[in-house]
This record gives sequence, structure tokens and C-alpha cells, in this order.
Amino acid sequence: MYPPRFRYERPASLDEAIGLLSSGRGEAKVLAGGQSLVPLMKLRFAAPELLVDINDLPGLDHHRVDADGSLHIGALCRHASLERSTILPDTQPTMAAAAPLIADPIVRTRGTLVGSLCHADPQGDWAAVVMALGGSVVAQGPSGRRSIASRDFVTGPFENTLAYDEVAVEAVIPGPTGARAGGYLKLERRVGDFATAGVAVAIEHTQGTIGRAGIALTGVGGATIDARDAADSLSGQRLDAATIARAAELAAEAARPRTDHRGSAAYKKHVVHTFVTRILTRISTTEEEAA
Amino acid sequence: MTSLFDEVAEPAADGVQVRRVTITVNGRKRTADIEPRLLLAHLLRQGLRLTGTHTGCDTTNCGACTVLVDGQPVKSCTMFAVQADGHEVTTVEGLAGASELHPLQEGFKQEHGLQCGFCTPGMMLAAKALLDENPDPTEDEIRWALSGNLCRCTGYQNIVKSVLWAADKMRGPQSEAPAEPDESEKP
Repeated sequence: MYPPRFRYERPASLDEAIGLLSSGRGEAKVLAGGQSLVPLMKLRFAAPELLVDINDLPGLDHHRVDADGSLHIGALCRHASLERSTILPDTQPTMAAAAPLIADPIVRTRGTLVGSLCHADPQGDWAAVVMALGGSVVAQGPSGRRSIASRDFVTGPFENTLAYDEVAVEAVIPGPTGARAGGYLKLERRVGDFATAGVAVAIEHTQGTIGRAGIALTGVGGATIDARDAADSLSGQRLDAATIARAAELAAEAARPRTDHRGSAAYKKHVVHTFVTRILTRISTTEEEAA
Repeated sequence: MTSLFDEVAEPAADGVQVRRVTITVNGRKRTADIEPRLLLAHLLRQGLRLTGTHTGCDTTNCGACTVLVDGQPVKSCTMFAVQADGHEVTTVEGLAGASELHPLQEGFKQEHGLQCGFCTPGMMLAAKALLDENPDPTEDEIRWALSGNLCRCTGYQNIVKSVLWAADKMRGPQSEAPAEPDESEKP
């Protein structure tokens, strides 16, 4: 399969990339890992006139923790870098759990987290993880940089709030306000398939009392779902059988799955309930063992 | 020099962007004038006649088109050839030496790691990327590394054995000998 014709540019600087996007007047797309965009173009669901390949831009392949504890993931940081990260296992349990579950190992060598957020596929795993962690996307355009909270970033399936002349340069996860715990579980029929259902849980606690909490759901609605009520039910609480059960119920209620070849709507809600229970129970057990 | 491909660009067409790329393929510099929409898989197969790289699903699922770009496994149906400009590409044709097979190829032969053979080039390159990084992988690590490559003959057991065979061979004689039955235990 060939995509429709397009013009291809590989700028050497971010300013040049932004200039090219401006000249595209909405008909240009950024090419980073290309693991979602190239298939879409081949299937002719996307037909940009201009591709701006940012792979030569310097200083975008990082993921690092700043002094304030915030994690910064550059637009060219590949899934594989996050999977092999020495930073994430100790500081970002939800991300560390998700990294090996993104697509398949070969796609992970090229695909990027920031690209996945921009692609805004309701089935995208990273969107749920970043939403649960209260993360944001940093966009740079002709008039400077702005930060967009992940819950405001996606406006619909495959649509985000970037202006046409903006490049998403970084995703940022805020520093923790307590001890961080969490997980990501995904049911897939085989490696590389879209999630039947996925659940991201991220909590911060002080000696077992939960402060900030986030729960977000993959693949069980027309967009990534922020299970806010479920997360809020945990704030100020300690994890026990009752609080875990309540959060799992509320998360399953927040899910809006459709029956399809991957399973019935009721089944997918059940999976969400089970995954929230499993992640929180494991956190609770781990904390008890550590205490 | 590889010329334009009829399937992609009619040279007469006005306003069609053509870029000159130089890609080191299996150690040899190759230059081509190509349309940006040409996929790396098609440059290799049609432009350079390196038909060992197979295109299976053409939708980033099956991994039959896996090649190494700067040593990293990539699905060549999901990368434009222009993106490989200035980079090094290794295909299955680049595995064997002048007179002998690569240990992975020898392993697939010894352990019957292929049936129809369609997925084999992609399997071998994904396995090469694994062994370059981890010369002594466990069976689980091999299965994990190959989980982006589909075998429709479902010959996975022997594919895993083939990679284990190659890993052992590549580690050399110092490493543990392959599990041979102990002479003393023979009846």
C-alpha cells in the first residue's frame, strides 16, 4: 500500500519545523516515530500534504527528572527507551508497568510517548497513564511555549488541541507529593492488539493515607476516560477491602464500553473492575509488607 | 544508482517531490532518487532487488518486513525510505558471510526453525537485535523479543530453539555446551 503523495521536509531546528508547520496551514503533520501515522496514511485515513520529520531535531530524545521531581519526556523519546529506563522503576510505577505493554517490541523501537498522546487514539495506553498521573503536554509554536493538561489535550478520537503551527515537544509528569504507587494492566488478545480494556492507577500516599489519586481507562469509550469519581473516592483514605471495592465499582461505572469482537460491554466493565481491584490490592499488600 | 519506480512516481509528473537518498545497505552505500512516500520495504525489495525482506500484512502487525536500522529492529513497511537517508540498514541478505551462514541462519536450519519460511527473515533480524544486546537470553526473553513477529505456520517452538542454538554458537566454545545427553546416563 502506498500513501497519497506528500511533500517531505526534515528540518534541523525546532524553529524551522514550526516555520514549516505554519507554511502548511493545517495540511501538515509532524512525523516522529510514525508507527501510527504511517499506517493511517497507507490506509488513506490521513493524507497530509506536508510531513515535517522531526527526527533530526536535537535535544528531544530525553526522559529525565528535574529538581522539583517532575519527569520530562521529549518528543523523540521512544517507547523502548522508557521500557529500558533506569529512572522509571523507582520513580514512576504506573509508567514502568505500561512501558513493556505498548504495541510490540519492534514498534517500540520507533514509536514515541508524545506521538502517542498527540495521535489521541482512544485505545492508546500512554494517554491513560499520563491522565492518571495528572500530566501535561508542552507545545511550542511561533509565539512561544504553553502547557496543556492531558485532560484538556484530547478533544475527540484522533483530535487534539494543538494549533497547526505547534509542535508537542515534551510530556511532563508533575513531581510527587508523597510516596508514589500504581500500576497499569491491559487485556489484549495478543501482543500488539488494541486493548480490550486497560486501567492506569496512580496514587500518592503519606504513610498509607492517600493524597493525590488518578485512575484512567483505555479502550472502554470513545476517548480515554478519566475515572475521577473513582480516584476521588480514594483521596484521604487508606487502602482496605472497602475502599478498594468502592474505587473499583466507580471505575467500572465510569467505563463506557461497546460490545464488539473483543468482548461484550458488560465483560469489559467487569475487566475494569477486576483490574482496579488487582492494582490497588497489590499496592496495599506491598505497603503492608514494607511496613 | 537506483532509478525512480514506476509504481510510485511517473518521472514526467510535474510538482512531484523527488529526494536523493544515500543509505548504507548491508555495508554498501546505495543512492536512489525516490518519492518521499516510498516505503523502506519497497525500496529494498523493488529498488534494490533485496527480496529477502518480505511484506506480509503491510499494516505494522506481522513483522515479516523487519530490518535493522542502525542496529535497531524496524518494520520496514512502516518507515519511509527517505527517513533512512544517512543511516545503516541490515537485511537478511546481510547476515551470511562470504562462505558461511550466520549462526542464526545455521540455527534455523539445525532446529527446523522454518516451515513456509515467510516470517523467517523478520524473525532472524528481530533475533539478531536481541542477541546483539543480550548474548545469553532466556527462552522467555526470546519469546518477548519476537512477540512482534507472527508465524502463521505457528512454528514458534522451533523458532525459539533456533535462536537459543544461535546464541549458544555465538557465545563460542567457552560457553556451556548444548544440552547433550550424558554418556554415563545412557543405558
